[in-house]
Amino acid sequence: MPVTQSGTTKLWQRRDRNYQITIWAGQFIVVGIFMYCWKLVSDVTEWYFVLDAPRIAADMAERMLPPKWSYMETLWRPIWDTVAIATLGTLMAVIMAFPIAFLAARNTTPSQVFVRPVALFIIVSSRSINSLLWALMLVTILGPGVFAGVIAIGLRSIGFCAKLLYEAIEEIDVNQVEAVTATGASGPQILNYGIVPQILPAFAGISVFRWDINIRESAVLGLVGAGGIGLQLSSSIDTVTWTQVSLILIVILATVIVSEWVSAKVRHSII
Amino acid sequence: MSEPRTWKRPPFIQNPMLRWGLMVGGVVYLGLAFGTMEVNWGRVADGLPRAQRFAASFLPPDFVSKSDDIASGIFESLWMTVVSTVIGIALSIPVGLGAARNLSPRPVYLFSRGVLAVSRTFPEIIIALFAVKVFGFGPFAGIIALSIGSIGFYGKLLAEDIEDMDPTQAEAVKATGGGWFQWLNYAVQPQVMPRMIGLAMYRFDINFRESAVLGIVGAGGIGATLLTSFDRYEFTTSAAILLIIIGLVMVVEYSSGYVRKWVQ
Repeated sequence: MPVTQSGTTKLWQRRDRNYQITIWAGQFIVVGIFMYCWKLVSDVTEWYFVLDAPRIAADMAERMLPPKWSYMETLWRPIWDTVAIATLGTLMAVIMAFPIAFLAARNTTPSQVFVRPVALFIIVSSRSINSLLWALMLVTILGPGVFAGVIAIGLRSIGFCAKLLYEAIEEIDVNQVEAVTATGASGPQILNYGIVPQILPAFAGISVFRWDINIRESAVLGLVGAGGIGLQLSSSIDTVTWTQVSLILIVILATVIVSEWVSAKVRHSII
Repeated sequence: MSEPRTWKRPPFIQNPMLRWGLMVGGVVYLGLAFGTMEVNWGRVADGLPRAQRFAASFLPPDFVSKSDDIASGIFESLWMTVVSTVIGIALSIPVGLGAARNLSPRPVYLFSRGVLAVSRTFPEIIIALFAVKVFGFGPFAGIIALSIGSIGFYGKLLAEDIEDMDPTQAEAVKATGGGWFQWLNYAVQPQVMPRMIGLAMYRFDINFRESAVLGIVGAGGIGATLLTSFDRYEFTTSAAILLIIIGLVMVVEYSSGYVRKWVQ
């Protein structure tokens, strides 16, 4: 136990000296990096605008109230589109993630050396590009609209679903697979009766979880023209109709809360 | 002799009414969703050559001709990530402590949970949209957006971790007569620290990914450069930027995984 002697009394310390110094040095480095980065950001910031911010924010809040409820009529369609983008995108993602997950899992992949790295690369690249970037790309290729949004959400979600799914596959109970193998089942039969039933609950949970995340993501895809309620949000902001903006924010909030509730409910009943 | 019995696997959802109801409902909904999706196939066909050009531009991507813009954008994203992660975590500690049920009185608990719920609901990019209006264009607005997002994420996980801690250790420190801050420092903090360092790295990772898109709404970072290159159909530059983002995300992810393993 690290103890220091001060005069005649012994004092308890949590860490010994060297460890304490290492921790201080670490903290010093982190603070140094932070200060340096902060300076770089501060150099390119117009502080006049930042200091003025509270007034602008108050002004904006004042103009947002009350929400223009009559605008709701034109919002039903974008809400439907937003949910449809999330659902169809998730559907596309899970259909493609299913085989990829089997190729990526250590215990089911046909080849550790050739196939698994390819599957992992697909997973990583799909995960590291934000759905807005996918949408940006697809809008230039496919044209603006819901279709680009669906594909963007789908491509983005493949990595997430496949990653969680292959982790679930790697954790399956080997005994059950062995039991099915012992009956003389063929490869596809082992997959169908030994492995799939074990991961089905995880699979359903992952899909619903991703659907919930995708609702949030599809709400902003409109900012780059890929359909959904984000389109109305950005056009309302551009035309400074703040009463519409506040209504849209309320609608997004409500949609997110409902989808979160549905997803929590479904996952609760599965697990 | 009755006909031979065959085995059927049990269905995933036991209740047949619920099973068929969900199936029919799902099919009807999917049909409607597909039906209302307007696809302009002519436009899609027009886009195909462009898609081909885009795919071709990955071989080789053009890192050179816009290298100044790319470098400044990437570095701006990195600073934003560092600053916003630090600020977000610093702010989320009081909120997280407030949102732990076993630590704080009821009114504080409800208030902190409210703060967390609000900051978690809106995606960073929407917060950035408003931050740009309020604070002006540039990385400062992006930092505000990312920090708010980090508070929601980190504060919630911190609160949950504190709620899950071992109460006997906390009680032992209290029994020695330690004050509230001593109690926090010697009983609570050591229990949650390893997981929290890992989550801080994870949040850094998320913030970097997010900072790559905030430029689309003018909140600084590489996103603005990427948007410009798409708008001008300079796909070779876009490809270069995307590859750099993927590479950096992989580096950050691997190093954060390494740090997490080392801490735990």
